[in-house]
Amino acid sequence: MQTPNPSTTADPTASRLASPFRGDPTMARLLAITIAIFVVMSLLKPGLFFTWGNFSSMAFQFPEFAILSLAMMIAMLTGGIDLSVIGLANLSAILAAFVLTAFGPDLAAGGSAFGVIALAVATALAIGAIGGLVNGLIIAVIGIPPILATLGTGLIFTGIAVVLTEGQAVLGFPAAFSVIGNGSIYGIPVPLVIFAVLAVAVAFLLNRTAFGLKLYLMGTNALASRFAGVDNTGLTVRAYLLSGTLASIAGVVLMSRANSAKADYGTSYLLLSILIAVLGGINPYGGFGKVGGLVLAVLSLQFLSSGFNMLQFSNFAKEFIWGALLLLVMVVNGLQFGRTRPRAAAREGGNP
Amino acid sequence: MRSLFSRNETLVALIIVAFCVVTAIVEPRFLTITTITDLLRNGIVIGIFAIAAMLVLVSGGIDVSFTAIAAFSMYSATKLMIALGVGDQIIVAFLVAAAIGLTLGLINAVFIGTLKLPTLIVTLGTLTAFRGFLLTFVGSQLITNVPPGMRDFARSMIFRGETPGGSFVAVPTATLFLVGAVVLTWFILNRTVLGRSIVAMGGSRESAARVGINVTAMQYFVYGYVGVLSGLAGIVHASLARVANPFDLVGLELQVIAAVVLGGARLTGGHGTITGTLLGVTLIVLINNSLIMLGIPSTWQNVVIGFLILLGTGMPAWQARRRAAASA
Repeated sequence: MQTPNPSTTADPTASRLASPFRGDPTMARLLAITIAIFVVMSLLKPGLFFTWGNFSSMAFQFPEFAILSLAMMIAMLTGGIDLSVIGLANLSAILAAFVLTAFGPDLAAGGSAFGVIALAVATALAIGAIGGLVNGLIIAVIGIPPILATLGTGLIFTGIAVVLTEGQAVLGFPAAFSVIGNGSIYGIPVPLVIFAVLAVAVAFLLNRTAFGLKLYLMGTNALASRFAGVDNTGLTVRAYLLSGTLASIAGVVLMSRANSAKADYGTSYLLLSILIAVLGGINPYGGFGKVGGLVLAVLSLQFLSSGFNMLQFSNFAKEFIWGALLLLVMVVNGLQFGRTRPRAAAREGGNP
Repeated sequence: MRSLFSRNETLVALIIVAFCVVTAIVEPRFLTITTITDLLRNGIVIGIFAIAAMLVLVSGGIDVSFTAIAAFSMYSATKLMIALGVGDQIIVAFLVAAAIGLTLGLINAVFIGTLKLPTLIVTLGTLTAFRGFLLTFVGSQLITNVPPGMRDFARSMIFRGETPGGSFVAVPTATLFLVGAVVLTWFILNRTVLGRSIVAMGGSRESAARVGINVTAMQYFVYGYVGVLSGLAGIVHASLARVANPFDLVGLELQVIAAVVLGGARLTGGHGTITGTLLGVTLIVLINNSLIMLGIPSTWQNVVIGFLILLGTGMPAWQARRRAAASA
C-alpha cells in the first residue's frame, strides 16, 4: 500500500494509455492474498483441499459466477451497475430450456443433438443481448440511473421467468447438453474453458480496442469523454449489451451444470459478483479495473468458499463473511481511491 | 396545471384510482370497508420502511439493508424478551429493537458518512453481513410462541366494529406506528433545520458542505434514524404475524424502494415527499394484495412492479433530459 501506484497517480488515464500492462501493486497485493488463502487452506485441510479432486471440483464451480462477475465488471467500468444479471441469466436459461425440451423429443427420431443445443444456446444469447440492449437504452437514452433501471428490469426478467415457468424448474434436456457444464476437454473442465475464452476476449476488448479505451475514458470522466468526441450514449448501450450477453452465457453454464433451469437459481450470486468485482479492484465509480484483478478475486473467493465448506462453516456464516469481506475490501480500496479522487468523490457526493 | 401533471404523485394517484375502478368493476367485493382495513394492515410495515427509505433517498443515498436490520432487531429483541422473562412488557421489545436498529444503522453510517463509500454497495454488504450474523450467531429457528406482550399488542385495536353486512372490521394499534413515523418524519423534513439540511445535502453535497452543513453528521442521523424505524417495524411485523421468523422481511427491500421511487423520490437526492411515498406504498400494497382480484395471477407481481419502477423513474428522468436538451 505504501508503494507508489501507477493507477493512482495524478493522471491515471495517461499512464494507462502509455502502458496498459505495466506492473501494478494492486494486482501484486491481490496475487499475494490469493496465494495466502490457498496456502492457509492447504495447510488447514491438506488431505481435502490440496487434492486433485478438489481442484477439479473448484474448476467446475467458479466459472458460472466468474462469468457473471465479468458482466458486472463491464457495467461498473461505465460507472454504473447491473443488478439484473441474475434475472437475465435465469430468463435466458429458461428460454433455452424451452427450446431444448421442445426439440429434444425429435432427437429420438434421429435429429441432431448439436443442432438443437446450438439453437438453444443461440436463443439464450439473443435474450441476453436483447435484455442488455433494453438496459442500455433505458439508462443511456431515457436517463434512468443504472441502479433503478436494472433493479426494475431485473424484477421484470425474473418476473417473466416466474410467469413462464410458474416458479417450477424446467427439466428434461438431451444428455449431450450437460457437456457445457459438466464435461471436460483433455481433462480441463468445459466451463473453465468457456470462462477462460471469455476472460481473454473481454481483456482484449478492454485493453486493445477503441471500445475499451473509450469505455475507460467515459468511466473516468463522462464529461471529458463527451468533449473528446466519444458517443457516450452509444458506448453505454453497447456496454450493457455486452453485460447482458455475458449474463446469458453464465445462465447457460449454470443451467447445464444444474441440468435444469429455474427462475430463482443463483440469487446469492448478485452479491458475490459485486464482491468479486470490488475485490478485483474495479472501482464502483467507474473507469478503473482489469480482468486480471477479477480473475484473482474469483480464485481467492473460490479457495475461501471451498475451504469454508471443508471447515464445515454453514451457508449463513459464509453469507456473513462475504458481506463483511465486501465492506473490508471497500474500505481498503476506498482509502486508496479517496486519496486520488477527492474531486470526483465530492462531485458524486453520497450518490451511489 | 402542467406542473401538476408532470408530478409523480399525480401519476401514481391516477394509477391507483384506475386500478380501484377496474378492480371494483371486475370484482364488486373489492369495494368494502374490510378490503380497506386489510390493505391498511398489510401496509403498516411496508409503510414504515418506505418512510425510512424515502429519507435516505432524499439525503442522496440508497439503503437496501433496512430489512436485514429489521429482521435482526426483531428476532434478537424477541429472544432477549423471552430470555429475561419479561414477555409481557412490549415496551422492552420496542426499546431493545430500536437500540439494536440504531446500532446497526450507525454501522452503515460509519461506512457511508465517515469512510465515504458508495451507499448501494455498502448497504448490500451490510444487508448480507447482518443477515448472516443473525442466522449464524443469534439463531435461525422460528419463534412461533411469541411473548404474550406481542400477542396482546397485535390484538389491541384503535377501532373495532362490524359492518352492516356482518363482517368484522378493526384497525390495529400498530397503525399508530405508521402514523407516528409519518408525522415525525414530515416534521423533521419540513419544519426543522436538520430536515432542510438533509434535503440540501441530497440536492448537492458540495454546496451543503460549503454553506456550513456538517454533511457527515447528517448522514449519521439519517442512517441511525432509518435503523430505529426499521427495528420498530420489525417488532410490529413479528407481533402482527405472531411469529418471530429470522428469515422474514429480507427480500422486501426492492418493493419498498419501488414504492418510494414511484412516489417521486429521486436517486440523485433532494427530491421526495411523504405524500408521494404513501401513494407509492398504497399502489404496491394494492398490487400485492388485489392483483389477483383483477384475474391476474400473483406470478405477475414482479413484472408489474418492475414496469412501475421504470415508469415512475423514467418519466421524470426523460423530462429532465428534454429540459436539459431544450436549455442547451
